[in-house]
Amino acid sequence: MTDIASPSFVRHDLVNERPAPVKTTGFIGWVRTRLFNSPTNILLTILGALLLWFTIVPSVRFLMVDAVWSGNDRTACLAENAGFAVGACWPYIQAKLPQLIYGFYPEAERWRVNLTFVLAAVLLVPMLVPRLPAKGLNAGLFFFAFPVVAFFLLHGGGIKGFGLSWTAGLLELFDDSIIGAGNVLLNLSKTSAVAPLLWVIGNLIVLVGTAIHWLVFPLIWLRDQIQGSGQSVWVDFAVTTAVVCLIAFFLGGGLRTGWRALASSFATFVAIAIVIKLMGLDHGGLPIVLTNLWGGLLVTLVVSVTGIVTSLPIGIALALGRRSTIPLIRIFSIAFIEFWRGVPLITVLFFATYMLPLFLPGNFTVDGLVRALIGIALFTGAYQAENVRGGLAAIPRGQGEAAAALGLSWWKTTSLIVLPQALRHVIPNLVNSFISLFKDTSLVSIVALFDLLGSLRASFSDPKWSTPSTAFTGFAFAGIIYFIFCFGMSRYSLFVEHRLNAHRRN
Amino acid sequence: MSDPIVKISGLNKWYGEFHVLRDIDLEVKKGERIVICGPSGSGKSTLIRCINALEEFQEGEIVVDGIELGPNLKHIDAVRREVGMVFQSFNLFPHLTVLDNCTLAPIWVRNIPKKDAEETAMKFLERVKIPHQANKFPGQMSGGQQQRVAIARALTMNPKVMLFDEPTSALDPEMVKEVLDTMVDLAEEGMTMLVVTHEMGFAREVANRVVFMDAGQIIEANTPNEFFASPQHARTKLFLSQILR
Repeated sequence: MTDIASPSFVRHDLVNERPAPVKTTGFIGWVRTRLFNSPTNILLTILGALLLWFTIVPSVRFLMVDAVWSGNDRTACLAENAGFAVGACWPYIQAKLPQLIYGFYPEAERWRVNLTFVLAAVLLVPMLVPRLPAKGLNAGLFFFAFPVVAFFLLHGGGIKGFGLSWTAGLLELFDDSIIGAGNVLLNLSKTSAVAPLLWVIGNLIVLVGTAIHWLVFPLIWLRDQIQGSGQSVWVDFAVTTAVVCLIAFFLGGGLRTGWRALASSFATFVAIAIVIKLMGLDHGGLPIVLTNLWGGLLVTLVVSVTGIVTSLPIGIALALGRRSTIPLIRIFSIAFIEFWRGVPLITVLFFATYMLPLFLPGNFTVDGLVRALIGIALFTGAYQAENVRGGLAAIPRGQGEAAAALGLSWWKTTSLIVLPQALRHVIPNLVNSFISLFKDTSLVSIVALFDLLGSLRASFSDPKWSTPSTAFTGFAFAGIIYFIFCFGMSRYSLFVEHRLNAHRRN
Repeated sequence: MSDPIVKISGLNKWYGEFHVLRDIDLEVKKGERIVICGPSGSGKSTLIRCINALEEFQEGEIVVDGIELGPNLKHIDAVRREVGMVFQSFNLFPHLTVLDNCTLAPIWVRNIPKKDAEETAMKFLERVKIPHQANKFPGQMSGGQQQRVAIARALTMNPKVMLFDEPTSALDPEMVKEVLDTMVDLAEEGMTMLVVTHEMGFAREVANRVVFMDAGQIIEANTPNEFFASPQHARTKLFLSQILR
């Protein structure tokens, strides 16, 4: 031993390594130090164990031990036939599964839904695995090509024209509404007190409208020629391809560097042509299945995926708008965000479904599902805007200054420096909103859309499966489905967060 | 020497009612090293931030390499391409590696192919003596290393003028020297530099001219020898007596 009182000390024998005492390591050590190390902790451990006992055990009993696994109708799930107090009635789920997944989607056409699910999975999974290559192409396919393909797969129907016809149609509609507005003013001027003013403005607007009419006339004439020809889709397609490829060529740098842009845009159009041909869009496409027949998990996924994918860009745009120095953009963003955040989602859905048609021009209708989609996207977008704004606020001013000092423009600074950092800060909040959006999709059932939960509740009324445990089984099943999706999102977001925040670990 | 590369004339700037810069006139010749010093709040940082238009000003004119920057900040992008800046708090992009920090601007502003940009970046990282850290994130490095990366990042744009805004003030005392050495190297290569700093040793060793500012105006400017040996203005004398011990 050393004399610890002595001021000088030199060690001669080194101390050998010894194993730690048993009671501090391994399972016993863990139990002692984490579960039973103080009276309060002992009490909490016992309470926790009791809580598990009283929740897990009955759930397992209900879902598995006391469950009925096979049968053809309600009789199998009645206690007097089974011989014991019946828990979950799984044959009911089995019988109703098609309805829970597809709703009233016609049985002969359900392969289209399955194909859409498969396509989505094939495109989504590689995108979520960071190691796989070609993320840009993958994302382009998933975010731009897939929605269009999915629409024609799920909804059906074909196309009568292509880019040129659509552009012409849009311009015509725009022009007609301008002339229409002018004419309304002219009519008003006959009775109003400020008649001369209205007359002048009305005439001016009509004049502008007529001018635009003459400007777009060649395009409309071309459209009519194309529509008159037998192969309207393909002629229009060829014209659109030529125009877009040429634009890409010149924007890409013309003869010097434009060849790449030309090649990629041409390849895109070839791909589009193949899809059109494969799906027969040029002659009617697949039989139309109206959205009021859609239901079940299909509607839940369509609504939530569309909502998730569209709400983030809306949120980013609004958040940037809210921080803009241009007053008009800022005021618009603030008003938009506050309006949608201040209104309950149910109100939004009701408004979108029952009130919106009253405001739209007479011959202009929007599908019920699309109306709900728009409502949900804008609603969630407003929430995402505030999430993103939180992230933007966390970025020090110096970051923007350093980027500006290097000569980066506002757009490049925002997209390369500010947004990547801001979004990383708020991944938990963003995913929080996604998860709550996923569950809020069940609210669409109040506007006559049958999502997973709606289809489930509809199936309760079937007398063939009316047993005491039907409702419990159904809700347990729906709960498990919702949980799988939400838990999946949650875990994936943790993974992404961990990966993208590599720079914050030392 | 040749024509001035930076010419500031009649520069006035207000923050609201507060007159921060008053009638600043300053000419910097090509290859000249100027150290700007003065008490805090005297407008030194604001002055050099005006040169690359991080601050707007209300009166006067700044000409950088023949590009005119008036109060309406018209040729802002052109000027920023010619002027590199190093900040007190480094302002590296924390989500990008050191190499990506150095290639970002060449790729996105000068449209240089990625490979060439990386080569150039490595060249400059070697010059500041941290090529082996190229794939680290800024957060994993010491303050001195980060500031050297920031210098390399500014150099990758081939600026004609470098602005340093108190580059060593946020550093531990041990790391000040490595950054100052890098700046001395740069000066020896003939870079035009405007440096706001309290490092009087650096001023003595490197500067062609020392500019002393107080209350938003230039009080005195002279060669370092004259400036430190025989300051003329009473305010300069007071300042020097307080910082030189």
